[in-house]
Amino acid sequence: MNRKIVFGISAVALVAAFIIASSLYKTQRAKKLGFMAQENASTFVRDHSPIRGDDAAKVYIVEFTDPACETCAAFSDFLKQFMVAYPGKIKLVIRYAPFHHGSSDVVKILVAAKKHGKFWETLDVLYASQAQWTEHHQVIVDRVWPILERAGLDVSAIRAGMNDPEINRIIEQDLADAQVLDVRKTPGLFVNGKPLDPFGAREFRELVESELRANYPELTR
Amino acid sequence: MRTPPTAERDWNLLFACWLVAAASALGSLFFSEVMGFAPCVLCWYQRIALFPLVLILPMGLFPFDAKAAKFALPLTMAGLLTALYHNLLYAGLIPRSIQPCAQGVSCTEKYIEFFGFISIPLLSLLAMAATTALLTIVIRRSH
Repeated sequence: MNRKIVFGISAVALVAAFIIASSLYKTQRAKKLGFMAQENASTFVRDHSPIRGDDAAKVYIVEFTDPACETCAAFSDFLKQFMVAYPGKIKLVIRYAPFHHGSSDVVKILVAAKKHGKFWETLDVLYASQAQWTEHHQVIVDRVWPILERAGLDVSAIRAGMNDPEINRIIEQDLADAQVLDVRKTPGLFVNGKPLDPFGAREFRELVESELRANYPELTR
Repeated sequence: MRTPPTAERDWNLLFACWLVAAASALGSLFFSEVMGFAPCVLCWYQRIALFPLVLILPMGLFPFDAKAAKFALPLTMAGLLTALYHNLLYAGLIPRSIQPCAQGVSCTEKYIEFFGFISIPLLSLLAMAATTALLTIVIRRSH
């Protein structure tokens, strides 16, 4: 009997230690990132980062995205719903995290398109056609061109612009920031510096809505 | 009923082995599920050897059956060999070109280094060595 008690207590203690350590780790991380969002905001938003939404918006959604990532594509419509539902209150910042094979080429296309003011159009086209230019999570960049052409984007201008060495620097900067912020999977989402953890649509809605309530008290009424 | 002292000691050893296995399994889940480190191929092979121990060993604890050590030993030995290989790879003593993990997470990716030398593969090696040693003692003594 005594042995069973020893075993039972050990098992419960181990599981309890796991749960406590997990919650400590998560609070610690959220605190660290919250602090960083205030003191070191540039880790979240760089000058080169595409931003959508009203300048006065108080809720910042930072998304580390990989154009070849399926969940990012699926999440993009979901994100847009929030921007529509709360006009002027939400800003969306895109950061590049090309984790898939060959994704950096697609990011280069996006940066080049941004120079011509076509970033969001290009991103939408790429997300919508993702299945056509990826195979087994690998990017086949040659398949992107006809798709962009059909969408009415200036392919020759993008092709000419995407080899600018400045773009490599931008990608390196974003990947370095992703590492600092512990982004290992895409989409890596932060709302006013708070990481989305655990990942999920419902969790994301709760996080955004809690930030909206905190920054716009009139919404709670 | 009093159990003979040797059986008492062997139970303790098998229990200690389970403690090491359970703590390692939870630690490994902490790295992957809480901290978000993706396990590489070699890590997965070691996990395959480690996770069953957590469930198999208690079967030998209640009621005590030293044979459980015999059944668990092949797992810990396989894990020990994989961990040894992983550590050599990690330390750069085996050239990268022959490593089996070309896709996905690199097996030499450095996630943590406590005190500058305690890496995840080293933790695995220690756990595999400890469980193998404990099980070997139990098997030796039960003969």
